[in-house]
Amino acid sequence: MGTDADAVVRMQGIVTRFGKQTVHDGLDLTVQRGEILAIAGGSGSGKSVLLREMVGLQRPTAGTVQLFGTDLATLDDDGWQALRQRWGVMFQKGGLFSALTVQENVGLPLREQGRTQGRLPDALIDGIAAWKLSLTGLPPDVVGKHPDALSGGMLKRAALARALALDPELLILDEPTSGLDPASAAGIGALIQATRAQFGPTIVLISHDLELLWRVPDRVAVLGEGRVLAIGPMATLADHPHPIVAAYFDDRRRHPAQDAAPHPQETAWKTS
Amino acid sequence: MAEPPVADQTAAVATASLGRQAGGAWLLAGPWTRHGIAALARHLPPPPAAGTPPVLDGSGLTGFDSAGAWLLRQWLGAQAAQADLRGWPPAWQALMQLAVSADVPPAPAPARPGPVQRLGLATLRGLRQAQALLAFVGEVAQAAAGVLAHPRRLRGRSVLHHVQIGGFDALPIVGLMSFLLGVVVAYQGADQLRHYGANIFVVELVGYSMLREFAPLMTAIIIAGRSGSSYAAQIGTMVVTEEVDAMRTLGIAPLEQLVLPRLLALAVALPLLTVWADITGVFGGMVMARTQLDIGFHEFIDRFGQELRGASLGVGLGKSLVFAGVIAVIGCFQGFRTRGSADSVGRQTTMAVVQAIFLVIVVDAAFSVLFNWMDI
Repeated sequence: MGTDADAVVRMQGIVTRFGKQTVHDGLDLTVQRGEILAIAGGSGSGKSVLLREMVGLQRPTAGTVQLFGTDLATLDDDGWQALRQRWGVMFQKGGLFSALTVQENVGLPLREQGRTQGRLPDALIDGIAAWKLSLTGLPPDVVGKHPDALSGGMLKRAALARALALDPELLILDEPTSGLDPASAAGIGALIQATRAQFGPTIVLISHDLELLWRVPDRVAVLGEGRVLAIGPMATLADHPHPIVAAYFDDRRRHPAQDAAPHPQETAWKTS
Repeated sequence: MAEPPVADQTAAVATASLGRQAGGAWLLAGPWTRHGIAALARHLPPPPAAGTPPVLDGSGLTGFDSAGAWLLRQWLGAQAAQADLRGWPPAWQALMQLAVSADVPPAPAPARPGPVQRLGLATLRGLRQAQALLAFVGEVAQAAAGVLAHPRRLRGRSVLHHVQIGGFDALPIVGLMSFLLGVVVAYQGADQLRHYGANIFVVELVGYSMLREFAPLMTAIIIAGRSGSSYAAQIGTMVVTEEVDAMRTLGIAPLEQLVLPRLLALAVALPLLTVWADITGVFGGMVMARTQLDIGFHEFIDRFGQELRGASLGVGLGKSLVFAGVIAVIGCFQGFRTRGSADSVGRQTTMAVVQAIFLVIVVDAAFSVLFNWMDI
């Protein structure tokens, strides 16, 4: 699927240990330009840690992390600063600053880069922030509110708007639909696809949400046993021989109602 | 396509430009990105006149992002929808069309109340807070009455824990502060007393001022900063993380579990700390009296025993008991007023300390008037 030069994220031989506990043991993962890659895996399989290592919040015990062809370990302060302008990160709980309004949160990345490279007028920044918020489907009356006044789904949308503030080439989303009802989760899934259509970023997301995994990503990487057990389009993973992968993508779990021949135990349980 | 090194992206930034061509079209040139438009955004030419749709030539663009798109949309104003884009790379044209089609109503102007209105709002806020505080005091009293009726509901272990944290652990700082205070009082008095040959009265000076005033007041101020703030922050964080709600659903009364142990612990700890402050403060005065006024320890203690009445100690301890109530109630009250976010925890904690210290001093002044009137 493209040459080496097209890799936006390249993680090689990642080993992560916390004390005696080994989270990653020689993990390799490559994300191609323009694709949506989902990282799945059971709790404790090291998905969030991998994501933290991808954005430099944490250093792996061993292995190299390359973003846009640059090894993170070799970056100096200016290099980091330039790199941080090329990605947008959305955290699981939003990570919105509670002291600022939603609009100020979204405008913050633009204001911060203006400190070093020429300020943009406030009206322009506010306008861009309002636009990005409207792109994520938030009603106009939330822009002046503080994050603690928002519902879970709105919070995710506002966090996505902030991640989009700098038109990132790489968008990293940690569990974008966790804690949402199915309708809101579907809305977020559609929003992620619309974002790719509009701005064309490479998207890496962590998710447990099977509905999302089936509809949104181009490829899914399943983590387990400290490495990537399987990677590929969702449809090819469902028949994967590895028990962890197979269990995770069990077809019956996805559509229990459509199951032609339900388990005998299930029938007994339902009729009793 | 090979990616340019990361550092090159922001280095050597050219600036965007917007110029009128001979044919009436507008030529956009340079990087219309958030890095390139800073200068242009402040010196935009007047927007195109209404009537004919403006023609925008994008063939000179070297970069385009949402900041540039939004700047262009703002500049075009009402004309944005009719703009004729010519020579644009397809991706940037799509982004521009996305910006033009965005339905963003102008942000409502933030309501700025006038000075009179602000005064009124502040007054109302203050009154509401006072009312809430009264209600809280009432609830605490009710909970205390409930515990008095069923003493087994009191969480003794929690009380002891808070006595240790708020009382025992504060011994060094309170002792040091009070010792220095005793030194200062004796030192300030020594010079004056020496003029009149009344050296020995330093005993009364240090004794009365420490026992009646300084020890209880300064100890209370330190504990307001130490324990009052931690009560507000602990309870405030528990409110944010929904622990308080969890308690309520489990049938544990937060007031009984959180407030009463802290109140009781401080009511025990603060008077004891005040006694400790009395001791170290008077000792500080003794040290100063010996070095500055040639009054030996024996002489000091003899006179201290003859002249000082027990009532002075009682006055100080009585005051410190009231201070303890003020600090604990304000700290817990502000903790429960926390709403929503981390920001709020910080705000309420600050308020707890400021209000507790302020009220302690107000109460102290009220006591002075009262004692003067009662002639104690």
